[in-house]
Amino acid sequence: MNIKKTVIATMLGLSAVSANVQAEQFTVQIENLTNGIFFTPLLVAAHDSSTKLFQTGTSANASLEAMAEGGDISGLVADIAGTSPTTVENPAVGLLAPGANTTTSMLDTDGTANNYLSIVGMLLPTNDGFVGLNSWEIPSTAGTYSFTINGYDAGTEANDELTASIPAPIDFGTGTGGTGVATSDSNTNVHIHRGSIGDDNSTSGISDLDNSVHRWLNPIARITVVVQ
Amino acid sequence: MSLFTIDFQTAKVKAAIASAAIGTSILLTGCGSSSSHDSTVDMRTYEINVSNVTPNQPFSPIAVILHTSGYQAWVDGEAASTALEVLAEGGDNSSLLSDASDHSAYLASDSGAGAIGPGNYESIQLEVDAQNGASLSVVTMLVNTNDAYTGINATSLADLASGESVSYRTPVWDAGTESDTEAAGTIPGPADVGGEGFNAARSDSSDRVHFHSGVISNQDGLSGSVLTADHRFDNPAAVITITRLN
Repeated sequence: MNIKKTVIATMLGLSAVSANVQAEQFTVQIENLTNGIFFTPLLVAAHDSSTKLFQTGTSANASLEAMAEGGDISGLVADIAGTSPTTVENPAVGLLAPGANTTTSMLDTDGTANNYLSIVGMLLPTNDGFVGLNSWEIPSTAGTYSFTINGYDAGTEANDELTASIPAPIDFGTGTGGTGVATSDSNTNVHIHRGSIGDDNSTSGISDLDNSVHRWLNPIARITVVVQ
Repeated sequence: MSLFTIDFQTAKVKAAIASAAIGTSILLTGCGSSSSHDSTVDMRTYEINVSNVTPNQPFSPIAVILHTSGYQAWVDGEAASTALEVLAEGGDNSSLLSDASDHSAYLASDSGAGAIGPGNYESIQLEVDAQNGASLSVVTMLVNTNDAYTGINATSLADLASGESVSYRTPVWDAGTESDTEAAGTIPGPADVGGEGFNAARSDSSDRVHFHSGVISNQDGLSGSVLTADHRFDNPAAVITITRLN
């Protein structure tokens, strides 16, 4: 199955490159469908078949780590700039709250090979969790395409779930006095996030997160792409 | 590209055969409550099979609705209707089905015969006029929770050819209408005997539909919970297979 997928992706990639043009105009809506997790400024990027913002099973680079641990997408933007991607940065203009949605301005990839869509944004409050979409092939047929996406762990920071380790641009309702859930990541490559564990004690326990607010199960967001 | 197409079609055919085999081996199939039609009208029959793949979350009697575009059982990120609240908190699908039947986009609906236990499934057949371009909504409560449900919301069946089937592995939503205390007396399912179902008060911190963050349980850090690890779930909770029979 993996081999087949690779073959297909390669074929599509080659055909896209040889044709080089695939007229595309589309918008991307991101809906935060979590109970109590915020998304930091999102990077929405249409790019060529060889560009990736992240990949599971591989070690996060410093730019991905900076996004996943601190919400800073500037490193990733700089990393892929050489491939002339079509991007929208921070469409929600700040945090995307639970239950909220945001839609990008029209992305125009006409005359480019930017036929793949990727999205990343940090999950708060987490140590190094992020919402991610990796290289979804943008359909050339006009229509509305909707699907859900998951939360990932960058594998770069232990999920201690302590307030001191987690950026807090606003009050996320985290507690204090936790002893720390974990001291290291067993899987230090990018992987599906196991979810936060939290506890029901805001002044002690193992975690500073609230188990009735800050847990989640995948998927965590819905993406709706409208191709003109 | 051709490789992909062939592979996809093969998968669909396989699914159709499997579903047909299941459909003939059981007699749970209920009759759709579609209204009578002229015999010359081109009718389509859909079989909707809902399979409970949770460890220990019985499903309340399913609400199955065929409709045209314009009806939605809920809108993600927005407040649940009272009818959805009634279903998600107490497992009672009557209000949702009643509201749907009053909607201008309504085509046909049916209720499951009863609860669907973990590991079990139920099939329902509904017949509609082919000209209408049917979409499907299905809703059922995970009854050992405060207000969790799973289902399908206004999914178009327009691309489903005769004899074909399509399967969805569905996640769990939180209606956002009741706080997930998991406390004794607040859960209608067998895990909390005598527990309350629907209560009109909207006690959740935010009154909006979102993906459920899961049961915590008293064995994983929620001291006031009446639920145990056995009642925890992960996504997906259900496999819903739709087969167009003709």
